[in-house]
Amino acid sequence: MASAGLIGTWLAAGLTLCIFSFLYRDNPFYKFAEHLYVGVSAGYWACLEYHNVFRPNLWDPLVRGDLILLIPFALGLLLFSRFTNKLFWLSRWAMALIIGIFAGIAIIGYGTGDLILQIHANLLPLWTGNWLESMNNFLLTIGVITGLIYFFFSKEHKGAVGSGARIGIWFLMISFGASFGYTVMSRMSLLIGRVYFLLGEWLHLIQ
Amino acid sequence: MRREVPLLICFLAGFFFISDFFIPETHWTEIAHTFNRWAIIVIAFAYVLGAANIVRVNSQVIRRRERDWQYKVVLLSGLALMIILGIGFGIKEGTTFNWVFMNAIYPMQATMFSLLAFYIASAAFRAFRIRTWEAALLGITAVLVMIGRVPIGEFLWNSFPDLVEWIMNVPQLAAKRAIMIGAALGAISTGLKVLVGLERTYMGGE
Repeated sequence: MASAGLIGTWLAAGLTLCIFSFLYRDNPFYKFAEHLYVGVSAGYWACLEYHNVFRPNLWDPLVRGDLILLIPFALGLLLFSRFTNKLFWLSRWAMALIIGIFAGIAIIGYGTGDLILQIHANLLPLWTGNWLESMNNFLLTIGVITGLIYFFFSKEHKGAVGSGARIGIWFLMISFGASFGYTVMSRMSLLIGRVYFLLGEWLHLIQ
Repeated sequence: MRREVPLLICFLAGFFFISDFFIPETHWTEIAHTFNRWAIIVIAFAYVLGAANIVRVNSQVIRRRERDWQYKVVLLSGLALMIILGIGFGIKEGTTFNWVFMNAIYPMQATMFSLLAFYIASAAFRAFRIRTWEAALLGITAVLVMIGRVPIGEFLWNSFPDLVEWIMNVPQLAAKRAIMIGAALGAISTGLKVLVGLERTYMGGE
């Protein structure tokens, strides 16, 4: 087991360095790691689907005699008709099932999970007795309303609508800036993690 | 058959899923759950289709000895290795499949994303040339959030983390809510258009 751990650490370190080599320029080591990553990741997800979905939901019930599942089985096989020009249209049956369910999820899920909840969460009192809390509530209300005005393209952004949209842009810019800052910091923490792995677990230069 | 059947399947699948929310009656719920389970199975086949497509495209490159074909051999070998390990020997903790995930996939994925730390910095340098008030807002907020999330922020000013917390909880949240409400309205209208057959791009243009 100890040797498997050691080999694993060296493999991880080697692949990490291969990918970091891209910082110099595109090179064979990077290309090797990049292609290996795509291959093993595709295999990884295919195996997860096999063990977590295909077997418990289809194969095992079919073996037990739940023959109605032959319908999704057949629909799943129809997806492969995309590889032929003549029978391509059959894959639409399977796609239609997926799209139909996702359309249903979009209508109910977004309706109850996002639309109603977000509107409800933003119905705030504009005076609470505490001036800081009141100002925050006021900013939240103004931000949501002006942000929505900006996304309303059925009316030209002129006059009052234009002013509202302009304030909406300011809120959106703050949001994008915050998201950008967050993304940079998350990537930085990943970078620190990789350097920590190389210097600590692999080279034992730091504890 | 080519157009009407998929439109009917799409409508029925979506209709039962939506009506299950409004009619919580046992038989109705069973039908909706059956459609849902079928969709999960078909999506699993879509993953297999994706893997099959990778094999098809890359094996063509190898057969024709196109540019970088050697790397396609690496790609297909990795795919074959994982499928043999995963389907043949299982995916639980302690298996070789899991070992490959921990020592190859995870480090490669983390390193790929960490590379973005370098490129995102150079992109920011180009994008954040502050020419307008809006660009200034974006740039200043990004810098404040970055500084406020590391110890040096608190070292410079005690209340720096509180300021960042306020940015995240008030102006950022307000814009995020506007985006979420707008996106939800868009998703609902697109979903309805798909179900009634006005949106048919999933059928390949017909």
